[in-house]
Amino acid sequence: MSKTLFDKVWDSHVVRKIEGGPDVLFIDRHMVHEVTSPVAFLGLKSRGLRVLYPERTFATADHNTPTINQHLPVADPLSANQLKALESNSKEYGISYWGLGHQKNGIVHVVGPEYGITQPGATIVCGDSHTSTHGAFGAIAFGIGTSEVEMVLTTQCIMQPKPKKMRININGKLSKGVTPKDVALFIISQLSTSGATGYFVEYAGEVFENMTMEGRMTVCNLSIEMGARGGMIAPDETTINYVKGREFSPKGEAWDRALAYYKSLKTDSDAVFDKEYTFDGSTIEPMITYGTNPGMGMGITHSIPNAEEVEGGAATYAKSLNYMGFHEGEAMMGKKVDYVFIGSCTNGRIEDFRAFASIVKGRKKADHITAWLVPGSHIVEKQIQDEGLLDIFTEAGFTLRQPGCSACLAMNDDKIPAGKYAVSTSNRNFEGRQGPGSRTMLASPLVAAAAAVTGVVTDPRTLL
Amino acid sequence: MAYDKFNILKSTAVPLPIENVDTDQIIPARFLKATERVGFGDNLFRDWRFNSDNTPKAEFVLNNPLYSGKILVGGKNFGSGSSREHAAWAIYDYGFRCVVSSFFADIFKNNCLNIGVLPVQVSPEFAEKIFRAIEKDPKTEIEINLPEQTITIPASGDKESFDISSYKKDNMINGFDDIDYLVNMKPEIQEFASNLPL
Ligand code: SF4
Repeated sequence: MSKTLFDKVWDSHVVRKIEGGPDVLFIDRHMVHEVTSPVAFLGLKSRGLRVLYPERTFATADHNTPTINQHLPVADPLSANQLKALESNSKEYGISYWGLGHQKNGIVHVVGPEYGITQPGATIVCGDSHTSTHGAFGAIAFGIGTSEVEMVLTTQCIMQPKPKKMRININGKLSKGVTPKDVALFIISQLSTSGATGYFVEYAGEVFENMTMEGRMTVCNLSIEMGARGGMIAPDETTINYVKGREFSPKGEAWDRALAYYKSLKTDSDAVFDKEYTFDGSTIEPMITYGTNPGMGMGITHSIPNAEEVEGGAATYAKSLNYMGFHEGEAMMGKKVDYVFIGSCTNGRIEDFRAFASIVKGRKKADHITAWLVPGSHIVEKQIQDEGLLDIFTEAGFTLRQPGCSACLAMNDDKIPAGKYAVSTSNRNFEGRQGPGSRTMLASPLVAAAAAVTGVVTDPRTLL
Repeated sequence: MAYDKFNILKSTAVPLPIENVDTDQIIPARFLKATERVGFGDNLFRDWRFNSDNTPKAEFVLNNPLYSGKILVGGKNFGSGSSREHAAWAIYDYGFRCVVSSFFADIFKNNCLNIGVLPVQVSPEFAEKIFRAIEKDPKTEIEINLPEQTITIPASGDKESFDISSYKKDNMINGFDDIDYLVNMKPEIQEFASNLPL
């Protein structure tokens, strides 16, 4: 029977099918971080269980870490305690631990691919919804809850009903100034934040074929924001070139075997999806969000829609615009911005900083803007220095912080103050996501750069 | 983690007719620093429930003495966003045993089932009926019958059935969790692992 890429990877990982219940799914790679793992380890302890395959789990500290002065002890006692718990749990159970100060430390979804832990055709989970990022490699990757973290630690399996299948095709060419982030925000604006709930998405078509791995990661990362369990892209030459030779990638004979497996990972031509969408890539503009969920986005030159034009209740819509301090019919362009954040597992990779630099080069940061530039990992940090981007940033009045999740979820000190407006390259504009009362506009690194130098929402195409 | 068994629940309910309630609202990130599963109920809906000086916001439903109960009735697409199980913990710890909505986000629904909160998905029309009944009389009771998979508004007799997999239903009725099941499968899992390509 013909199968989709998703079927192939899923079916080959089913240990047992439960009648009237979920599948027992084997997990190849498991990543843990400090926030969603402590209670899972407590569970192991209280049940007297051990970790079945410690070599399949990797721990990094990222959510709750400072992005300056990482060499100093963490000041907040609760955060320090959580970081210590991750370290001692990793040691106790024999798990690779990349803590603060470790050269491999960084955002879990940035370092996983960088070190070759992420492999095509693998099943990958982490107690973080943006685990969908790793789908860029043709892996089945999704976020799980803490109970499931405990299951994976002790049995390397979780129990999941098989999701339905969706394919999103985008053909044509993207216009200048339109990035993978815009493609993702565009899709979410079309499908809404719940449009893909219950589905696993495959992205296909020319636009994705022409994307770099960094771009594909950005797109797959945002799959969860339309409710999808995850998103994936079939591995091709681009994928294989990226994976080859990384520290944890297979070597020698194992590589040859892996390669044969990777090459089998594509949807059969007559395979059927439960739902399919097709869009024309050339119609996508640089995007920006105006509301309090990632589906409330539009082309940057548009005006905020009226309640009748959007799906969902008028009361919810009014609450959202009220929180943002925006009104129906207003233009987004020219709105004052206070903060700019570039970073996160969505846009904290080298390409994102290159894009940011392409606009700030030869310009100056607007005086009233506070900008946080946060690389996703030490590798990205080093690339920024080596490629001369840091000099461009410094000259334009920006400083670079140290790797971590930072203002993406504002668990550390990187909080946008109440009432302030941020153009953010992260993934969520929920109320208070970037600090209590913060107002977030999600956008690409180019839109973020344009806001950083002009101080207002600006179409980046006018500065390229 | 063991939880209370679920069979039949009859209770008043708390209405929250807002759509797309995300888990950042249910429990904001800054309250995720604990290393034990205690006290999350205090911070349930923290920023909707309290002002920045920690005084309660009178207009928020959890601060309204008219509404109480073990059932939370939310708007469409409840629990979207972050995978934090802390959101389900906060709901359980506050005292809710069941969340009713016309649509749930996937991970949240899974997390609830794993810790003993029953997510009951109803039709949009039935959700509307519940909201209207509670609006008219905040003391309206709702009955959830898990063995029969039905939700009823006894006062009006309105009734609907809901879906749940028979495996998860058994777990909830008996207070079992997936770990118990998986641990018993270990030899089968190890055999499977020895034949994998990666
Ligand atoms: S950067 Fe944001 S979305 Fe990504 S792992 Fe960190 S907190 Fe989660």
